[in-house]
Amino acid sequence: MTETFPQTTFAPLKPDRPVGIIGYGAYVPQYRLPASEVARIWKGGRAATPIKEKAVAGLDEDVATMAIEAARNALKRAGIPADHLRAVWVGSESHPYAVKPTSTIVAEAIGAVPHIQAADWEFACKAGTEALVASMGLVGSGMARYAMAIGADTAQGRPGDELEFTAASGAAAYIVGPAEEALAVIEASFSYVTDTPDFWRRPEQKFPMHGQRFTGEPAYFKHITEAAQHLMKATGTTAQDFRYAVFHQPNTKFPQRVASLLGFTPEQIKPGLLSPIIGNTYAAAALIGLAATLDVAQPGDRILVTSFGSGAGSDAFIIRVTEAITQRRGVAPTTQAYIARRVEIDYGTYVRFRGKLAS
Amino acid sequence: MEIPRHWRLKQQRYALVGEVCPHCEEKIFPPRDVCPYCGNEAKTQFTFSGRGTVFSFTTLTEAPAGFEQAAPYTVALVKLEEGPVITAQLTDLGDRPVEIGMPVEMVTRKIRAEDEARGVILYGYKFRPVMETPK
Repeated sequence: MTETFPQTTFAPLKPDRPVGIIGYGAYVPQYRLPASEVARIWKGGRAATPIKEKAVAGLDEDVATMAIEAARNALKRAGIPADHLRAVWVGSESHPYAVKPTSTIVAEAIGAVPHIQAADWEFACKAGTEALVASMGLVGSGMARYAMAIGADTAQGRPGDELEFTAASGAAAYIVGPAEEALAVIEASFSYVTDTPDFWRRPEQKFPMHGQRFTGEPAYFKHITEAAQHLMKATGTTAQDFRYAVFHQPNTKFPQRVASLLGFTPEQIKPGLLSPIIGNTYAAAALIGLAATLDVAQPGDRILVTSFGSGAGSDAFIIRVTEAITQRRGVAPTTQAYIARRVEIDYGTYVRFRGKLAS
Repeated sequence: MEIPRHWRLKQQRYALVGEVCPHCEEKIFPPRDVCPYCGNEAKTQFTFSGRGTVFSFTTLTEAPAGFEQAAPYTVALVKLEEGPVITAQLTDLGDRPVEIGMPVEMVTRKIRAEDEARGVILYGYKFRPVMETPK
């Protein structure tokens, strides 16, 4: 197929009107479940664990509440009133309702209603970055001055399944606006999408299924490398042109390996590689990694961000940090500040928090 | 189900939207359209900062109907930076002991779900110990 339609002929996404990130905000709940706790209960305590520990939402938290806090942080950094937003879009695979938008709850809570677009997006772990691409289009076309894209999840894993080590909770919000107001300009984007059933959840099922090893080569690695390589080729950049890179992070090894495949060093992915200490936050994963990277980046730094969503697809972005970042990022808590407020829980507390007890 | 009542209160519940009196400039929460300080009409919206301190508190182990799933939890009288004292749950306490005078900040959280698996989810303000912001 690629012979008849060579993908390299497709140009990267670049809006007519340059756009950028004018505000960003992360949220990570304070509870941590050590992977050793899952191993203790299900593997006789003897298992190589894919991460150190994961972030778990508390009893009174869900995708809406986490998205609200991330959105408030993004608004603080943007320095705009919430009613200047023309879109509030929330990407997640764990929306609190099957029918009734999360985005209206978030938009109401931050004060963005009623003159907005609002909708929930679903594409496994890339629902948030898809909303970000849509925001680039809305702002880049001139239809809107500001649009907000959020990725948030309270991911579930079947008790005893491999996913229980890593399925975590978190949120990140981005406000896209004109490039001249941006603290980081989005230079270009490119996506790679195929029908690849590596991970799914059927309606009314509580826990997802996955294709075991099939989630690796044909899914995660194929889509991320295709999206990232094409974007770099089309923009004439190589790994050396970037100060940092962020990849979707379902565990510790996958992002490390895909970074190496694409020519990036461990130093380049270090600030954004959070899965070892917060787990896989699904639709928030790449976006929280980007937030942590923006927290430390300097003006002029380029960042390559590539998400991955099962089913499957990847969105890649080239982001260039501007002078404005030094003035504005200090007004909201850093991603690391959220990670630092750590309350360790045991497996029993985790089961209660995540509603895994039958009653 | 009390959907209309909760729906009417959503702004104050989600975001601490109250009022400011145009006559004596006192801040009012919850909003009541008449200033409790000077008695004049007060309908100007005012969004509170969400910062305050614990004025008093108690921990509930026997929770009222609808809140059983959250017990044990702590309820506090929070004195808002702008003046009013309001009742709210504290959250994200971890192992931290609560103290009178402790600085707290507003977060929007799940308050309860009417009919756990099928009903409307109610969101509203709670308060947590203040997080550090750099610089």
